[in-house]
Amino acid sequence: MADITNQSLNEIIENVKTKKISSTELTKAYVKNIESAKKLNVFVTTTFDQALDKAKQFDNKPNFDQLLPGMPLAVKDLFCTENTKTTAGSNILNNFIPSYESTVTKNLWDHGSFLLGKLNCDEFAMGSSNETSHFGNVINPVGDQLVPGGSSGGSSSALAADLTPATIGTDTGGSIRQPASFTGTVGLKPTYGLCSRWGIVAFASSLDQAGPMTKTIKDCAIMLEAMSGFDKKDSTSINKKKEQYSKNLKDNIKGLKIGIPKEYRVDNMPKEVDELWEKGKKILKDLGAQLIDISLPHTKYALPTYYIVAPAEASSNLARYDGVRYGYRSKQGKDLIEMYEKTRSEGFGDEVKRRILIGTYVLSSGYYDAYYLKAQKVRQLIKKDFDDSFKKIDAILTPSTPSSAFKIGEKTNDPVSMYLNDIFTVPVNLAGLPALSMPAGVDNKGHPLGLQLIGKALDEQKILNIGYAFEKNCGFKNEIKKWWS
Amino acid sequence: MSLDKEKIKHVAKLARISVDEAKVESLTKDLNSIFKFIEQLNELNTDKVEPLTSILNQSLRSRKDEISDGKIREKILKNSPKENEEFFVVPKVVE
Repeated sequence: MADITNQSLNEIIENVKTKKISSTELTKAYVKNIESAKKLNVFVTTTFDQALDKAKQFDNKPNFDQLLPGMPLAVKDLFCTENTKTTAGSNILNNFIPSYESTVTKNLWDHGSFLLGKLNCDEFAMGSSNETSHFGNVINPVGDQLVPGGSSGGSSSALAADLTPATIGTDTGGSIRQPASFTGTVGLKPTYGLCSRWGIVAFASSLDQAGPMTKTIKDCAIMLEAMSGFDKKDSTSINKKKEQYSKNLKDNIKGLKIGIPKEYRVDNMPKEVDELWEKGKKILKDLGAQLIDISLPHTKYALPTYYIVAPAEASSNLARYDGVRYGYRSKQGKDLIEMYEKTRSEGFGDEVKRRILIGTYVLSSGYYDAYYLKAQKVRQLIKKDFDDSFKKIDAILTPSTPSSAFKIGEKTNDPVSMYLNDIFTVPVNLAGLPALSMPAGVDNKGHPLGLQLIGKALDEQKILNIGYAFEKNCGFKNEIKKWWS
Repeated sequence: MSLDKEKIKHVAKLARISVDEAKVESLTKDLNSIFKFIEQLNELNTDKVEPLTSILNQSLRSRKDEISDGKIREKILKNSPKENEEFFVVPKVVE
C-alpha cells in the first residue's frame, strides 16, 4: 500500500484494525524513515529490535480494542524507560539506564503501543530551540537551517517528519506548544495533575506536565486519553474519573464564549501573527462562538515570575546529580566536595548551569523574600487574572508564539531574547491550566504558525472540541518536502 | 542590583558547580541581564497578596509509611559510577 507514515494516528489505527497493514509492516516503515532521516538528529536512542519483537507479538495475538493497537511510538528522552537509556539530553545522564518505567509511558504501552526510540530534547528540558542538548541541535523538517522549537524539539521534528505516528513531550513553560507551533503540529499541555509526573526527569515540579504531540486534534484526544489518569505515585496527581476524550470529541461550538486577551498583542509582533489571530477569531465566530474582549493585566509579569520559580525548583531538583549514585562522575577531584563540583561542571551544559545558579541565588539566605516570595505572590495575581476571566468565558484564544521558527544560532547569544519565545505559553503553566497549540497557517516565509486555546482547569474536552471545529474549517495543510532523505 | 564576579563564584560554590575563571566574565554578563529582566516584578506592589504555594485546590495526599518494594539493591547499584558490591563508593572523606 501507499506510504502510510504520512497519515494521522487515527487513520493508521483504522488501517491496522481493518488489517490493511500489520504492526510489523508499520514498524518497518518507520524504521526505514528514521534511518534515512539521520540529518535531523532527532533520536538519541533507537529500540528497533525490541520494537519489531513487540510488533510481531501484537500481530500474532492482536487486540484491536485498545486505544493504540500495535502502534510504535517514539517519546521524548525525558521519560524514564525501563532498561532503555534515558539521558534528558544531558551528559550527566549519558549512561543512565532506568530500572523502572514512567507512569505515562507505561499507560501508553498498556494501551497496545510500544517504544520505537528516545527523542532528543533540550538539556533537562531547559531551552526553546533544542540547542542546549548534549546530543546536538535538532533540525526542523520545515527547513534545514531552522530550529524545531524546544524543549520537545526532537518530538516535534520526529512527528512532522513522519518518524513516529504520534509522540509525547513535557511542557514546563511552553515546551510542547512552542515546538508544535514551529512544526505545524498539534500539542497539548494538560491541566497540572492530569498526567502523572512519576518517572519523568524533573525540571520544575510545580510547572512540569506531560502531554501529547500529534498531527491532528483527534489524535491528540486519543493520546491524552491513553496517557492521563490518576497515579498514587505522584502526590500532585488528580484523582478523578478517566475521560473518553476521543469518543466525546464534538465539532459543535455554537454559543461558546471565547476570550480575546488584549495583553497578548505585543510590541514587534510580526504582522502575520496578528493576521493569523484575526483569521482564527473569524473562523470561531463563523462557527457560532461569541468573541469577548478580556484583560489579563499581569501577563507581562509571567516570564519574569517564571524565571524565578522555574530555576528555583530546578536548582533543588538537580541537586541530586552528584556523581555518586548514578550518572556521570568526573575523574578529577581530590576529595568529595571537589568531585561534586567537577562532576556537575563537566556534566551540565551552560544553560542548565545558568539556571541552577539563578535558582540557588534566589533561594539563598537574604534574597528569598525579594525574589522567590515575590514571584509566588505575582504567580497568585496571574492565576487570579485567569480565574476572574473564566467566570464569563469558556476558553481563550491567543497566538502560540510571537514568531515562526527562527534560525539555528540566531538567539543563542542572548538568553533573554530566547526566553521571550515563551511569552504566550508561560502564563498557562504558572496557573496550572490546560492549553492546546494547533496549526493555523504560515508566515510570509512559508513557516508554520499556531494558535493557542487555553481552557479552565480540567476542561481539556472543551478546548479539544474547539480545536476540532477549528481544524475542520481552517484549511491548514502541513506541506513538508522530505529534503533530508 | 547587580551581581559581581565574586558573588557569582560564591553562588557557584553553594550550587557545587566549579566555574572556569575564563567563563566567569560572560556568565556575569548573562546573569545580570537575566536579573535585570526578572526585576521588572519590583514595579508591582504585592504587600497584600498571599503567595501561591499550590496550584491545585487539594492538599498533598499522604500515605502510610510502608515498604512497597524492596530487595532491589542490585538494580539500584547497577547505575552507580563506582560501587563495591553493596555500597556506593566516594572519594575518601575521613582521614
